[in-house]
Amino acid sequence: MAALSSLRVVVPQVDITRGASGAQGAHSAGAVGDKAFFGLRSGQRLGAEVGRVTLRGCGVAVPAGNVRATAAASKVVKEKAKSEKAQLLVTKEEGLELYEDMVLGRSFEDMCAQMYYRGKMFGFVHLYNGQEAVSTGFIKLLRKEDYVTSTYRDHVHALSKGVPARQVMAELFGKTTGCCRGQGGSMHMFSAEHGLLGGFAFIGEGIPVAVGAAFSSKYKREVLKDDKADTVSIAFFGDGTANNGQFFECLNMAQLWKLPVIFVVENNLWAIGMSHYRSTSDVEIWKKGPAFGMASAHVDGMDVLKVREVAKEAVARARRGDGPTLIECETYRFRGHSLADPDELRSPAEKAHYAARDPIVALKKYLLENELATEADLKSIEKKIDDVVEDAVEFADASPLPQRSQLLENVFADPKGFGIGPDGKYRCEDPGFTAGTAQV
Amino acid sequence: MAMAAAPTLPIYHGLRAAAPAKQPAPAKLTAHSHCRLALPLRARASSSSSRPLRHVAANAVATKEAVSTSSSTQGGHELLMFEALREGLGEEMERDPNVCVIGEDVGDYGGSYKVTKGFTEKFGSWRVLDTPIAENSFTGMAIGAAMTGLRPVVEGMNMGFLLLAYNQIANNCGMLHYTSGGQFTIPIVIRGPGGVGRQLGAEHSQRLESYFQSVPGLQMVACSTPYNAKGLMKAAIRCENPVILYEHVLLYNLKERIPDEEYTCCLEEAEMVRPGSDITILTYSRMRYHVTQAAKTLVDRGYDPEIIDIRSLKPFDMYTIGESIKKTHRVLIVEECMRTGGIGASLRSAIMETFWDELDGPIGCLSSQDVPTPYSGPLEELTVVQPPQIVAAVENLCGKK
Repeated sequence: MAALSSLRVVVPQVDITRGASGAQGAHSAGAVGDKAFFGLRSGQRLGAEVGRVTLRGCGVAVPAGNVRATAAASKVVKEKAKSEKAQLLVTKEEGLELYEDMVLGRSFEDMCAQMYYRGKMFGFVHLYNGQEAVSTGFIKLLRKEDYVTSTYRDHVHALSKGVPARQVMAELFGKTTGCCRGQGGSMHMFSAEHGLLGGFAFIGEGIPVAVGAAFSSKYKREVLKDDKADTVSIAFFGDGTANNGQFFECLNMAQLWKLPVIFVVENNLWAIGMSHYRSTSDVEIWKKGPAFGMASAHVDGMDVLKVREVAKEAVARARRGDGPTLIECETYRFRGHSLADPDELRSPAEKAHYAARDPIVALKKYLLENELATEADLKSIEKKIDDVVEDAVEFADASPLPQRSQLLENVFADPKGFGIGPDGKYRCEDPGFTAGTAQV
Repeated sequence: MAMAAAPTLPIYHGLRAAAPAKQPAPAKLTAHSHCRLALPLRARASSSSSRPLRHVAANAVATKEAVSTSSSTQGGHELLMFEALREGLGEEMERDPNVCVIGEDVGDYGGSYKVTKGFTEKFGSWRVLDTPIAENSFTGMAIGAAMTGLRPVVEGMNMGFLLLAYNQIANNCGMLHYTSGGQFTIPIVIRGPGGVGRQLGAEHSQRLESYFQSVPGLQMVACSTPYNAKGLMKAAIRCENPVILYEHVLLYNLKERIPDEEYTCCLEEAEMVRPGSDITILTYSRMRYHVTQAAKTLVDRGYDPEIIDIRSLKPFDMYTIGESIKKTHRVLIVEECMRTGGIGASLRSAIMETFWDELDGPIGCLSSQDVPTPYSGPLEELTVVQPPQIVAAVENLCGKK
């Protein structure tokens, strides 16, 4: 395994308020900036090299004013890779799996845009183009029974988690064959089978749900004495959410009870038209973890292999009971906030900068350069995905729209909740009930 | 994945819902339940429908002519309402290890009104989870736990604090079952003390039932006696829907004798407090006692009011209410919600729509004043409906005797 596979996560060792008494152990930190965030087991103390201030006691380095991490770690990766040619970050199978997942995400979202402009789907549709590395990097490490929560930008999280493209597309078309029977829509993708706990329209409201799933997991171990209960939850959300109360409340509770949850901030710098720098007093979101005593990381979210390395560590920590991790992924959305967003505020230079760091192109380059795959392999994957997405559209087109009778189904898990009618029977016992109104 | 609590009919109801809803340990439940679909032990054939005999509950402010609430006139045990809630909750926690309590000061402190006293020793800190002060997040956490197999009981230290959890209660608790297309159930109970107390000030004197009643997918019940408190607590925990159980700050020390045998109350049913013939008085929670107090005066003056504790604030038990209206043809609603947008407003509308032909006159509705509850005693008294107002309203609706 390459050196980066032994990435250390920063864990604050000492209470900062008592003054640094020197951290024992191998934990060290790099700074955000031109260096990789994680210290390497090789013993380099990157934290000493950067930044004028290093809080040695807690192992957290304050960067020397360099706000945005550039593709820092990739330099380190390349150097290491050259010196240890046999040590690659992924096997061929893994590499192709990652590639396929990202291409699926990208193609699906591109098709969504087409379908939207053709009037097949409506409302608010938020596309994930450009951020695929985060979804693929994290979710491909999870088991089927692990949990994911997301925000309204959830199509690709659903696909990565294993929800069939057909079901997602049908949901977007509002058909009964959609994963939520057409009742959720773009912003509310759910799948009980695949552990997708939603799809939430209000930012921040999905984070406690992920924490709750993690609480369930720990409860099963502690109370129900189920030693095999080690499911992990990941909450995906954006930079805007990182200013929201529920974010902080959940960081506190998750760390307090050491719940197996991972907080993944997809920092794409923009919350609709609000720049991250205009809305946030301290723009480095990863720094908010140590304030709660939580291990934190910052990673280049345009590079799926780096994301994957960080994610491996975080998932392993959670699964063995070491508690939560906060990971800030520097990423970018190539399209506007939603299909209704004219996207006039972002500078062309910024867009060009990140377009040059397209995660799919980067992975392709890595696979080809390291001879993990041939052009033909990758082309066949792209063709396969094209077929999958075409098929999803055909399936969704052919699927039926919901009937009137579906309106009142699923309001209650137990339909007795509709109450007792004047005739003394439960309303749901009336055969014509679902054709009526939902009054209670 | 732990979806054991998911209904066997995941996304369909309707005709097949006539089959009894999936309930754990049915043998234990149906024997003593007064729930409508089960056969209660003491059901006698009613003249009209197949509905079981409604038991007549006593005015918990004990009067000589009070009828015993317990199904056994000898035996049973006496306790206060908070102890009844504790008993119900404790029994359910023993019965099902997935039931847990989440809230502020529920563990070591035993609950702000001692409903969970002793539970930490018995069940451990994971099952009686003391949370930081973060209502929206810990309610959301409880919802996530409910989606993944647990059955949390969330305590709002005061119901008013749950205004902070409105986001989670409306969006996720109420609606998530629907937006997920029926894939996830949220078998959560949200409970806590609300209502106007003794000079607690405006923020601690709120009636959240009026705020939450519009949220689709929620059931709401209000307990008013130790008997129905325990029964509703147990039924709410066993229910697959999210249920909000409203308790009242001033009722926790009500004393009553309740059965030793296990029982639950039906979440959707109303409770007959006093049968009568002149007028139907619909009430719930603390106002029940103002109504029964006013009833003493009314009886002295020759009236015969029928008093129903609606208990189920959402959905309304339109059968019990309707049968009463068909008998009396006059309705007075007495509630503690504010006039605007309260439970009374909804109930009035539902009655008018369904039983218009049965009514001899307009439906009266006595509600609290639309003011933030003042601190000062006399002012606070004026915001809430008092027995003399109830007497006057009945006299007005029925005519002088």
